[in-house]
This record gives sequence, C-alpha cells and structure tokens, in this order.
Amino acid sequence: MTADTEPDRLAAAALPPLDAAEAGKLRRARIDRIARWALPAVVMIATIAGWQWYVDAYQVPHYILPGPDRVVAALLQDWPTLWPALLVTLQITLGALVIATIGGVGLAVLFAQSKWVEMSFFPYAVILQVTPVIVIAPLIFIYVPSKIVGLLICAWIVAFFPILSNTTLGLNSADHNLRNLFQLYGASRWQTLWHLRLPSALPYFLGGLKIAGGLSLIGAIVAEFVAGTGGLGSGLAFKILEASYRLNIPRMFAAIVLISLTGIVIFASLSILSHLMLRRWHESAIKRDG
Amino acid sequence: MTLASSPLAGEAAGTVVSLQNVSKTFSNATVALKDMSLSIRQGEFVSLLGPSGCGKSTALRIVAGLSSPSAGRLVWPGERPGQKDHDISFVFQEPTLMPWATVFANVHLPLKLKGESARVARDRVMEALEMVGLEGFAESYPRELSGGMKMRVSIARALVTKPKLLLMDEPFAALDEITRFRLNNDLLRLWEEFGWTVVFVTHSVFESVYLSNRIVIMAARPGRVVADLDVDAPYPRGEEFRTSHLYSDHCRRASDALQAAMAGEAPDA
Ligand SMILES: Nc1ncnc2c1ncn2[C@@H]1O[C@H](COP(=O)(O)OP(=O)(O)OP(=O)(O)O)[C@@H](O)[C@H]1O
Ligand SMILES: [Mg+2]
Repeated sequence: MTADTEPDRLAAAALPPLDAAEAGKLRRARIDRIARWALPAVVMIATIAGWQWYVDAYQVPHYILPGPDRVVAALLQDWPTLWPALLVTLQITLGALVIATIGGVGLAVLFAQSKWVEMSFFPYAVILQVTPVIVIAPLIFIYVPSKIVGLLICAWIVAFFPILSNTTLGLNSADHNLRNLFQLYGASRWQTLWHLRLPSALPYFLGGLKIAGGLSLIGAIVAEFVAGTGGLGSGLAFKILEASYRLNIPRMFAAIVLISLTGIVIFASLSILSHLMLRRWHESAIKRDG
Repeated sequence: MTLASSPLAGEAAGTVVSLQNVSKTFSNATVALKDMSLSIRQGEFVSLLGPSGCGKSTALRIVAGLSSPSAGRLVWPGERPGQKDHDISFVFQEPTLMPWATVFANVHLPLKLKGESARVARDRVMEALEMVGLEGFAESYPRELSGGMKMRVSIARALVTKPKLLLMDEPFAALDEITRFRLNNDLLRLWEEFGWTVVFVTHSVFESVYLSNRIVIMAARPGRVVADLDVDAPYPRGEEFRTSHLYSDHCRRASDALQAAMAGEAPDA
C-alpha cells in the first residue's frame, strides 16, 4: 500500500501533470508568440517581393513606380541628405510632443481644479482640435516669424488634444469611495490631486500620449509641407516636396519609408513606456491566466 | 426591547457621537432619513440593521461627515466645538484600495495625509498589517490579493490611525460565507482587544447578532429607527455561539423586529 503510493506522491511533489486543455493552452501561447512577429514579417516580405516582381515583369518606369531595390538604393545613396532632414523632423515631433504633454496635462489639471474653468475653455480646445491644422498653418507662419516655432505650434495643436481630453477624463474618474476616504482623512486639494487623481489619470494619460505621439509626427510633417521653404534645417516633408519637383520618385519613397519607421518607433517606445509604468497594477498591462 | 430616540441620550456620559433628530432629504426629494436619533456609546459594537434603502449608509455618511444633515444635529460630546477632525475611520463595502499602490502604501495613506512619512509611520503600518495577519504582504499590490485579503487591507487602513470610532458599511457583504465568518471573528478579536467603538451596517440578521452588543433596527420610507435591541451574550463569541440557543433566540428577536418594521412600511415599498 505504502510502496504503491510513493511514486505518485513524488510525482505530485515535483509537478503535477498538465491536463490536455492546459497543455493546449501552453502550446497555443507559444505559437501565438512566434506568429505575432512571423506573420507580419511574412506579409511584408511577400508584399515587397510582389512589388519587385510587378515592377520587373511589367517594366514599370522607375519615375512612376520604382522597385524596392531602387528605394533601398536611394535610401543608402541619399542618406547624407535624408539623415539631417530626419533629425529636423524628429526634433519638431519630439519637441511638440513634450509641449503637448506639458500643455495637455497642465490644462487638464487646471480644468480639474474648477468646473467653471473647464466649462469656459474646453469648447475652445475642441474647436482647435476639429479645425484642420492645414488651414491654420499658413496663418501661423504669417504671424510667427520663426519657422521652427511655427512648426512646433502646428504640431502642438494637433497633438495636445488627446492628452488633454484623456487626462481630464482620467482626473475625473478617480474612485468615488477613495475620494470620500481622502475627504474623511482631511486631505487637501493638492494631496487629493497628487495622491489620488493623478495616479487614477495615469492610464488615461498614457493612452492619450500614444495617440499624441503619432499625431505630433503628422502635425510636424503637415506643417512642413505648408511652410515649404527649403534651405538649411528643412525636414523630411520638404525632401519629399523637393524630390517630387525633380520627379525623383525613389527618393520620395525613401523619405516616406523613413517617416513611417519614425512613426512606428515613436508608437513602440510610447507603448513600452506605458507598459512599464502600468505593469504592476493596471488591468491593461496584466497578463490574464485563462 | 427599548424604543429608541430619547433626545437627551446625547448628553449621557460616555457618548461618542449622537444624532439628534436628524433628517436628510436629497435634492431629488427622496427622504432618506426622518427625525432619526441615535447615541453611540463608548466601546459599543452597534449594528445598523434594516431593509435596503432605509438610510443606513446615509446615516453612516452623516456621522462620518461625508454628508450633512438637512435638519437636526450631530453632536460629539467629548470634543471641543468646531473641531473638524473626528478621529473616525470608514470601511466601505468594497475594499476601495488604490490599485497603483502597494499594500503598505495603502495602509499608510491615512497617516501620509496627516503628514507622516513612510519612515516615521513604518512601525504603525506594520502593526496594523499584523493585526489583520498580512504582515507578509506589505509589498504586494492589491490585484495580487484575494477578495478577503483586500478587505483585511481595508480594515488595516482603518485601524492604522487608532480611531475612536470605526464606521463600517456592509464591509463583508461581497465576500463568501467562509471568508465572512473568518473576518467576523478577526474583527471581534480586535474589537475586544482594543476596545474601539464600532458602528456596523449590515443587512444580515445573523451577522448583526453574532457581532454586536446592540442592534439598531431601521425602517424605510422614510428612514428611521424603529427598534433598539441589546444582545446580552458574553464575549468572546466563537463558533459555539453560532450554534447556541442564545444565538438563535436573539436572531429570532431581531428578525421579528425587522419583520415588524417592514410590515409597517408604506405599501409601495
Ligand atoms: N446621493 C443620493 N441622491 C439621492 N438619493 C439618494 C442618494 N443616496 C441615497 N439616496 C436614497 O436614499 C435612500 C437611502 O439610501 P441609503 O443608501 O442610505 O440606503 P441603505 O439603507 O444604505 O441601503 P442598502 O442596504 O441598499 O445599502 C434610498 O432611497 C436611496 O435611493
Ligand atoms: Mg448602503
């Protein structure tokens, strides 16, 4: 009897075997992890291959549609002009994102202090948001002498709204009972803001920030298109304009690729930032079991 | 059984707080409380028992200062007039923890709001966590705890200020019965040890009899006190009390009083 149960007990002590459903779940999770990277990569490779095949097979002139090989060649060859332009665009984008964050959070905190302030000014934030930046940009470049400042303003206008509206929502969605608790313990307005409302708003803010990251790149590019002037310190949008005047289609593609990559990198960085800040406590960052 | 609401009770010695003819009408014309008088005496474990909507939470919130009475007075005999800080703690039905903060930080909160840094308050926070048996979970986050453990954290947070008066609004209603029994016992043990005054809102006759030495029964529409029962059973109470005749007798008395209260309600209730 005792001898009989001994191995069972040992096995149980080591690690009880998984049932079929759990084992399947584990296998699916492993496949999912690979597929998440592999599938988009396969689609990407297939698209590029198809593109190359189409261009070769139908002998499409390169000034209409260059093949991927020419785009890569342009990217390498024009790197000395594209790289500084990328840096300029990146500076505007990140600068605008920083100001949008400060401005958006600052305004949201101001709104949170007083319903009256919120009621008075929120509609204007909406107006600023719904008016396409491309129609405001020319005016801004008339009124603002510095091109850099003009670009920053344009990108800011596009980027700050999601931060403002999300943070405002977040500040107002602090748990009601926790607010009561703060009141009961005699918390000051500042303590409530700092220890309760801002942490409650963090996930909302980070969601807004992720949107704002992409928007500030769009804002920077659109504003550059409007600003249009060349010379020193012009960004990627201007390189695209310039290349289009010269029918240098491969360079246009190369610049577009760079802009897309920049957008992807910004989005990925902000997603990682968001995950790092929320992973200990927020539902969105927690892996579910089953 | 004694009928409640002697208006002079508030001046009696050993009264922590008393509601004197308190009424509460909400802006939507709901009369949540009408002419409610109740004195809470030092060291009592009082249960407020009544049907849903009879104003138990409203009464508790008024005592806590989270809501103001429309008429009547709230009197704190032992305190200087105009004192704002009443040394109260409140436990809600939900654990109401800050998800972004560790168990330690959650329990530290009341002290932090009073300006005590984590370093200064460390011993007191750990002591409160020990009281509820969670000293090993100080660095955990609320989501890593079970429902019962979260409730314990919530209780530890209420105890960390060593309050004169502990207000609890159906604190265990969302828990399973086994966990509820265990927390009932823990709460009683702590109450006996430290001798606080507790006002405990519940809609369970059994829970109120098991825990308290006084049961205040309320009726709805309008919310008012209809009966005030003493539970003369010795502490410490344990599982054998739950199965005793004394317990079932008290349960029947409380249950009858509750039935009577509900029978007297307006028919639209
Ligand atoms: N903020 C409010 N505004 C309007 N009416 C309210 C408000 N709070 C409570 N009431 C009403 O007052 C009455 C008493 O509510 P209260 O929450 O005190 O009851 P309760 O006894 O705690 O009920 P329960 O057992 O369901 O928690 C109810 O009819 C409720 O609808
Ligand atoms: Mg209630």
